[in-house]
Amino acid sequence: MAKKKVIEAEVAANREVARDHFVMEVKAPYLGKNAAPGQFVMVRARDEGTDPLIRRPLGVHAIRKSGISLLYKVVGTATRILSGKRPGEALNIMGPLGNGFDLGLARGGKGKVVILAGGHGAAPLYALAEGFLREKKEVDVFLGAGTKGHVVCARELKELGASVRVATEDGTAGHKGYVTDLFEEHLELDERYLSPDTAIYACGPRPMLARLARALPEGKVKAQASLDAYMACGTGACLGCAVRTKSGYKMVCKDGPVFGLHDIDWKMEGR
Amino acid sequence: MDLSVRIGPIKFKNPVWVASGTFGYGEEFADFLDLDEIGAVVTKTVTLEPREGNRPPRVVETPSGLLNSIGLENKGMAYFLEEYFPRLKRTAARVIVSIAGSNGKDFAGCAAALADAGEPDMIEVNLSCPNVRHEGARHELMAQDAKSTEKITASVRKKVKCPVMAKLTPNVTDVAEIAAAAENAGADAVSLVNTYMGLAVDVEKMEPALGNAVGGLSGPAIKPMALKAVHDAYRRVRIPVVGIGGIMTGSDVAEFMLCGAAAVQVGTANLADPSCYRRILSQFTGYLERTGIKKASGLTGRLKT
Repeated sequence: MAKKKVIEAEVAANREVARDHFVMEVKAPYLGKNAAPGQFVMVRARDEGTDPLIRRPLGVHAIRKSGISLLYKVVGTATRILSGKRPGEALNIMGPLGNGFDLGLARGGKGKVVILAGGHGAAPLYALAEGFLREKKEVDVFLGAGTKGHVVCARELKELGASVRVATEDGTAGHKGYVTDLFEEHLELDERYLSPDTAIYACGPRPMLARLARALPEGKVKAQASLDAYMACGTGACLGCAVRTKSGYKMVCKDGPVFGLHDIDWKMEGR
Repeated sequence: MDLSVRIGPIKFKNPVWVASGTFGYGEEFADFLDLDEIGAVVTKTVTLEPREGNRPPRVVETPSGLLNSIGLENKGMAYFLEEYFPRLKRTAARVIVSIAGSNGKDFAGCAAALADAGEPDMIEVNLSCPNVRHEGARHELMAQDAKSTEKITASVRKKVKCPVMAKLTPNVTDVAEIAAAAENAGADAVSLVNTYMGLAVDVEKMEPALGNAVGGLSGPAIKPMALKAVHDAYRRVRIPVVGIGGIMTGSDVAEFMLCGAAAVQVGTANLADPSCYRRILSQFTGYLERTGIKKASGLTGRLKT
């Protein structure tokens, strides 16, 4: 695994791609070379001062030779500060961190790749989809968002050749309801989704992932999920980002953020 | 310039150490730092038996602070001695093993296991973790009670030859009284402060932000209170006081030493920036140069009051 580094990088671009959602391109050739889809980085919103104090974990959204990009939603002070960064400004970034998606899940088989994203859970899945689409794999994407203005990556993924379906909670775009409802309808229509050749990757809020775990029969499908968590160190030192798995607590930062969907103890999760 | 400091018979190459629970067992930081540069590594607390830790969420950020409720998750003393201890001992950093338990027997058991395994440079007796149950203490934590502090420190003292340092909680009426109890029991040093008990609220869910509701606050937010606690303890006891609480810069190190600390431990800063140790030590060296102080140990207690 590539060495983890703290890098003083430069912001190359930072634009709002949907309401409150930004894509920041970061010049960091080391990360461009060494980051894998599903890995994450930790960024300091401000280099000086003590508030915010702790870094924020962000999934690697796209991987280029010159660096990486990050997709994030403004949810608090740190992400608001990040959203104000202009091209040319410095960004203190640490990575690559954690374990990425198991690409082998899909690579060997002739089956489909199915990707499910809830909200800005699309962040790490974009890099994954891009890789598979470059290999000419068949990629079906299910994107969920609260409302039309929050849908991210739909156009980009379509242009790359993915089949993209959208669900919004308020019905302003695509299917009205949760992305898991939309996916479950397709599960019933197309038995290829439950083929052992199919690889399923998901990222989004915990209730969405729990629902997906219930919808997919354990042992029959290959499915991985990337988890978000409150995190302090990002390197496995503080043991702050524990998640309950079927074999006890694991750390999202070090043992994840990608886990087997059915390895998480969804019944106990959050209790 | 002489950065070395001495606690009991042990000489440390510098007074800047890393605090328990914020530096794992050292190896988590190997990508970022040369462990050999560090004055001393205080390990994540080890208990006799494995502990699975508290329910998540375990960490939440507050203004200039971090509230945690990890619950001393660790794989137990046997695993520590097998996996981490030999590797840590091979570094040039002094190794201070932090131990804890729910009762006196657990603490003595940890000390005995360390004595059998070849002692570390020092033991830190964690009498003050706010996130675990302490049996038999009159208050919530061992270190809130002078008698429990004395009893447990003495029981660890009896089992080992290496220096013993008692880690104290600031959640007391008079921390100097507890420091004196540790001194009476034969402690070679006291380290303070552990975290301040606190609570953070998720206002949307109308729930505590932490799974365990209450946690311990660390980081720059607590520094002025920690400085006072160190100063209070320093004026009461003759054994060295090791200062902890929100150190982010070399100037923070100097502040603690001026208030009476013989050495300090950097904690939460390691989580915010895993390579901060090098910066903090070099800033502190710069401070000594600037002020013309030739021996770091000469700074201890020099606050003009």
